[in-house]
Amino acid sequence: METVIDSHNISKVYEETAIPVHAVSEIHLHLERGEFTALVGPSGSGKTTLLNLIGGLDRPTTGYVEIGGVNITKLKDNQLIDFRLNNIGFIFQSYNLIPVLTASENIEFIMLLQGRSKSERETRVHELLRQVGIEDKHDVRPAQLSGGQQQRVAVARALASKPRFMLADEPTANLDSVAAGNLLDIMAKLNREENMTFIFSTHDARVIDRARRVITLQDGRVISDERYAQK
Amino acid sequence: MIIRLIWRNVWRNKRRTLITVMSVLFAVLIAISMKSLQAGVFGHLIKNVVSFHSGYIQIHKKNYWDEQTLDNSFVSTPALVRTIEKQPGILAAVPRIESFVLASSGEVTLGALCVGTEGEAEDVVTHLRANLISGSYLDKRTNHTLLSQGLAEKLHLHVGDTLILLGQGYQGAQAAGKFAVGGIVKFGSPALNSSLIFLPLTAAQEFLSAENILTAFALGLNESASLETIQTSLRAGLGSEFEVMSWKDMMPDIATHIKADGTFYNIMIGILYFIISFGIFGTVLMMMNERRYELGMLLAIGMKRRLIAFTLLGETVCTSILGAIAGAGVSFPIVWYLQSHPIRFGGEVARVYSDFGFEPVIPTLLDAGIFIDQALVVLLIALLLGIYPLTRAGRLSPITSMRQ
Repeated sequence: METVIDSHNISKVYEETAIPVHAVSEIHLHLERGEFTALVGPSGSGKTTLLNLIGGLDRPTTGYVEIGGVNITKLKDNQLIDFRLNNIGFIFQSYNLIPVLTASENIEFIMLLQGRSKSERETRVHELLRQVGIEDKHDVRPAQLSGGQQQRVAVARALASKPRFMLADEPTANLDSVAAGNLLDIMAKLNREENMTFIFSTHDARVIDRARRVITLQDGRVISDERYAQK
Repeated sequence: MIIRLIWRNVWRNKRRTLITVMSVLFAVLIAISMKSLQAGVFGHLIKNVVSFHSGYIQIHKKNYWDEQTLDNSFVSTPALVRTIEKQPGILAAVPRIESFVLASSGEVTLGALCVGTEGEAEDVVTHLRANLISGSYLDKRTNHTLLSQGLAEKLHLHVGDTLILLGQGYQGAQAAGKFAVGGIVKFGSPALNSSLIFLPLTAAQEFLSAENILTAFALGLNESASLETIQTSLRAGLGSEFEVMSWKDMMPDIATHIKADGTFYNIMIGILYFIISFGIFGTVLMMMNERRYELGMLLAIGMKRRLIAFTLLGETVCTSILGAIAGAGVSFPIVWYLQSHPIRFGGEVARVYSDFGFEPVIPTLLDAGIFIDQALVVLLIALLLGIYPLTRAGRLSPITSMRQ
């Protein structure tokens, strides 16, 4: 199996306050291509911090993270931005689409940053909109889309860069059950058919129920790491 | 798409953008109107002053201006005339010989400046014919003089009377002559009106025993011509034997007044733009704070800092330039109208202006340079204000921004 993420004994300590906060402590994590993993745990357990460290949005205080064999902890700021652009797809809780761009422009934007040709961008935008089932909304701005539709655009945007893996921070938190179910169906299908690796931080039982690996965090430490058969 | 993104971001908060655009518009409108008015008034003043007597440029033998005697004169050669005439931008060059003389009539004798000139060229450069109030204009076929009105009154002379002139001619020769008064000219300047006597050039040269000798060439320029360029070019062409003086060199008081007024204008406009800059800066600040989360997200998904900075700078520049274009657009018809329909004085003020030889109007100058200058000032302000988002983009952290 191809290793996608390898974290080596990573810890994150926030020292902005009088008492240092150990958000994540000595975590070893090994994720392989095609995994559908949920990071779970109570609020403040370190899920989002771990996701940020894996995603190269933050740097660990100690330890390091390897993605596809590259030690991203050593990358310079600009190299890290490039690395994120070409290797990691982000899906945020509050969708975070660019409000002044249409659905298709939001998806195309990532590929523009990658310097892809116009024809390639257009073909891929069309394909991604079809994959997430909102071809008819291609010319609509985020404010005119429902939460579920916006999150689908966010998934399509994350996929547009052809990343090694997708990081989703509470992706269903703002969605009703139907929209959340539909979104999970899309992500599960991408995982199944394209072997796309997904890592979620979540409280949502529906997400946990679909995950084939559930890593539970508490006080910044992994307290359990369980794998399940195909769901 | 980046340009599209910038443009749409500009209109994200329409009301705020419109307020910012309007503030720039009014600043540009005021700046252009004031500058056009000032340039128009000074242009008019210069035109009036140079047409009194000096012309825009004068060519003398070196050191003549400091010691205005016939000993500092020069011989008019065809080569010299050719050098002057081939210079582009010159409307006309009038050859003159000038000397201080005693003018006498009956019991009265007064000091005066005798100016020998070519009538037709003089009229092109200083519009002398327009000052004629009685008699006839200079005619090179006669020896008739044109006498300034104030001097004629003091000498109790009228058209047809005889004027006696006494003075020192070229190289110490004695100059004495009797001339018929052919015409009377009136000048706005009291100093000129009480001291000038015009003679046809050859008559004056003969009177002063200075055949083919000149003390000056006075030049009239085309309206579009650049004074400094022509002055520099003539200096180079004529060499060190001659001095080429502009009206600014000959009338430094007026040049200083114009410069001082220009400085005052610049200070006023500087204050205005300074105030407007705070308005634009407020918009930039709000724009940055409102979108902190979004900027963090853009950084997270892989948008480089320099591209984020370019986008933010683009939005500031775009808003400011919109205001500048709108300001120039509103200013243009106003300045154009005031140029073709200048504000006219009436009543006593108009009479005083006319008495001094000035047309009683406040004109404006429609000059593309004024519009371009203001647009560049606004662009410069926008670029300076753009430094703030640039530095903020440089310090942006996706985690911190998205957490806040």
